[in-house]
Amino acid sequence: MSKYTLNVNGQSRTVDVASDTPLLWVLRDSLDLVGTKYGCGIGQCGACTIHLNGVPTRACMTPVSTVGRMKVTTIEGLAADSGKLHPVQQAWSDLDVAQCGYCQSGQIMTAAALLKDNPKPNDEDIDGAMAGNLCRCATYMRIRAGIKLAAGLATAGKGGAQ
Amino acid sequence: MSTPTLSGSVNRRDFLKLTGLAGGGFALAFYIRSGGEAAAAVAAAKADFAPNAFVRISPTGAVTIVSKQPEMGQGVKTSLPMIIAEQLEVPWNEISIEQGDFDEKKYGGQGAGGSNSTPNNYDNFHLVGATVRTMLVEAAAQTWGVPAAECRAEKATVIHPSGKSLKYGQLVAKAATLPVPAKEAVTLKQPKDFKLLGTRIAQFDTPKIVTGKSLFGIDVKLPGMVYAVYEKCPAFGGKVVSANLDQIKTLPGVKDAFILEGNGKVKELVPGVAIIADSTWAAFSARKQLKIVWDEGQVVNESWETFVTQAKEKAAQPGGRVLRKDGDPDAALAGAAKTVEAHYIYPFISHANLEPQNTTAHWHDGIMEIWSPTQIPTIGTGMVNRVLGIAPDKIKLHLNRAGGGFGRRIGADYLIEAAAIAQKVNAPVKLTWSREDDLRHDQYRPGGLHFLKGGVDAKGKVVAWKNHCFTFGEGGSPGSGGSLSGDEFPGRWIANYQAEQTMFDTGWPMGPWRAPGSCVFAWVMHSFIDELAHAGGRDPLELRLELLGDKDEMPAGGAGGGAAKGGKQAAAPYNVARMRNVLKFAAEKAGWGTKKFAKGSGAGLAFHFSHRGYFAQVAEVTVSKDGQLKVDRFVTGADIGAQVVNLSGAENQVEGSVIDALGVMMYQELNIERGRTVQSNFNDYPLIRITDAPAKIETHFLKTAYPTTGLGEPALPPVAPAICNAIFAATGKRVRQFPLSRTDLRWS
Repeated sequence: MSKYTLNVNGQSRTVDVASDTPLLWVLRDSLDLVGTKYGCGIGQCGACTIHLNGVPTRACMTPVSTVGRMKVTTIEGLAADSGKLHPVQQAWSDLDVAQCGYCQSGQIMTAAALLKDNPKPNDEDIDGAMAGNLCRCATYMRIRAGIKLAAGLATAGKGGAQ
Repeated sequence: MSTPTLSGSVNRRDFLKLTGLAGGGFALAFYIRSGGEAAAAVAAAKADFAPNAFVRISPTGAVTIVSKQPEMGQGVKTSLPMIIAEQLEVPWNEISIEQGDFDEKKYGGQGAGGSNSTPNNYDNFHLVGATVRTMLVEAAAQTWGVPAAECRAEKATVIHPSGKSLKYGQLVAKAATLPVPAKEAVTLKQPKDFKLLGTRIAQFDTPKIVTGKSLFGIDVKLPGMVYAVYEKCPAFGGKVVSANLDQIKTLPGVKDAFILEGNGKVKELVPGVAIIADSTWAAFSARKQLKIVWDEGQVVNESWETFVTQAKEKAAQPGGRVLRKDGDPDAALAGAAKTVEAHYIYPFISHANLEPQNTTAHWHDGIMEIWSPTQIPTIGTGMVNRVLGIAPDKIKLHLNRAGGGFGRRIGADYLIEAAAIAQKVNAPVKLTWSREDDLRHDQYRPGGLHFLKGGVDAKGKVVAWKNHCFTFGEGGSPGSGGSLSGDEFPGRWIANYQAEQTMFDTGWPMGPWRAPGSCVFAWVMHSFIDELAHAGGRDPLELRLELLGDKDEMPAGGAGGGAAKGGKQAAAPYNVARMRNVLKFAAEKAGWGTKKFAKGSGAGLAFHFSHRGYFAQVAEVTVSKDGQLKVDRFVTGADIGAQVVNLSGAENQVEGSVIDALGVMMYQELNIERGRTVQSNFNDYPLIRITDAPAKIETHFLKTAYPTTGLGEPALPPVAPAICNAIFAATGKRVRQFPLSRTDLRWS
């Protein structure tokens, strides 16, 4: 066991865990941040997507010992202003994207990173960026629509929960 | 305390049993308390008005609706309370929803499966909401000394034409003293007045989902909780001979390790080794050091490929169990103008819920307390009672949101494992399956093979049909959804028809997979109907309408293997008029027959009746010269009766069903070799990704006068045949085996 001081959602958090512990389990078991999900453990499903210094990263494949002082952002800390939603979270709410909802933290984290790099993505950009995130309920149509809504490329209109 | 408007008040032990549900056969029982009991409830709940198990109103006006059904993404935690809210006349944004624990004495049946949550609760929930509203109106009327008939309820307020009004919160104390009216004394709000039902409402849990709050079974955390993993034999049902427990117990974070014997059933408590640790990762890590000697048993003699070879050898031989025989199919084939012969194969597949199976259990004070994402709670609690010998009243089950169901969580193997582990651990314990556990120990959708022969006459009319189906059994009976019904369409519609079935018995675990039976049979039947349409030079829509014929109803019956497990549809009459109408409706919405497609593009269609819903679908696809499929447009016509409850959720279910079925067709294949699953994770068992989702999905509901029914399953079955028929129209290539990679779609 070793102590690691991490920067998680702007807060300094110290944990005492085995050095090979994936960041996923540090977040879930040690820090009670359960929005980051376990789906496959091998970087195939994207349910554990977080941001490391703003870059979407698979927490299940990231040993805690490699995180250092990098800024860890999880779904719980995505909105800059607590109490408000990030535009992607807002779009997901407006369009009622989720079915079971299990993958959606990871979808939202990937989509938020996409829009940061590419504020007006086209259809190919969206599919390309989101291809690493599985949704077993297959809400892909609304994921596409949610990204367009968050990007200001579409209005909620039909197809959502308006 | 009866009044003119509350005649026939229920004043005995008010166990209201409502029967005669539309389309039903199920009855929901629920308590509506009498006045005396309501008064007692008021004291218990700090002056809340809680006249039944589902609605609670506080003096401040806060309205809480309890949702009794398990939520797994099908949306019932939102849609079913919408029904109560509609009748109660409370604005949606003023309502909060609580997930009820498992308590069928209090709530009635709580199983979610077979797309039954909506049809089984629809009428009752209207009555629940209307009953509470009636009591609040009566409370206001008595307060004002006016007839209740002069008052109306709107926006959580009772209003009198004189201008007087009282908020529901202000009426709580008075309403709690009133007797609960009999259902005959309750006026239901009529569909023309609905303001909420049929609109788009976001799921109640959406704010928690998008901000990552604790919600799912896997998120459960209790004070002092420890973490468990459970290693089972890769070969189904294999037993533990020995394990290096002493070494495992010395590993970092490990608190205990022990063997469970199992109860000898491959879908219940399977033998294995449990490791208990102080974190999930410590348990996962220790597991890598396990050395177990297994007794794999006889299942090692069973492999999918061997069964496929045997089926191909036996296909032409008689000896299958005859499910239905009408007329003289052999003579009709001999006399047909054209005949077609083909066989169709689909493999075993997994449910692959994205949330791996998990359950938290705590054995304390003689009580087994359980937190579990489960679809049908009684299956898990029944198993805990039977296998662990714990009395039903000593089992307490909390229902967690499930990260996908699709039928997998009807099985409760993971729940009994957690409970059995908890009996040996002096703390709350959370069992988490790895993804590998989940894929290798699913209760799989059985694979199957169909060897078909069909004939058409000179006009292209279908005159003969023979099918020899090969299915898979577990312990002597076909796996869930594995048994073809003698009534399966087009059985009953063709004068010279035969369906027979041969079963290979196995030791493999099988279970219901979204639209059991229908999810594969619709593909086989509607693909072969399409083959016959093309053989006879007929338009696929026109031939299907001819096949359905002019009769409005086709009774169930004749020789039959019975309904596929999990679906009641084959035992019910088939409403041919509804199917004809929805088929024409979908074709019209899609513009069937009005479009010209270039080579490489084309349209296909299919229909299916299951889970009380009538569905017809049209696919438009493009296949590139190098064989890559793209679904350009997918149109669904759906008849689920008189009322779409939540339009947002309804469309989401249909879109998800379309892409789910497309993904199964394109990618899903699970190979079982020597009694064990070959695949292990999403690297070798791919699921459909966003890149393959159709460019456009359109969903159209055809409103009919029939009872409102469910949407978790019935949109799925016709998807694959519609797309495969479109692939044929585009390329001339017939897809007769899943997954799609087995068929070369390249063209030039």
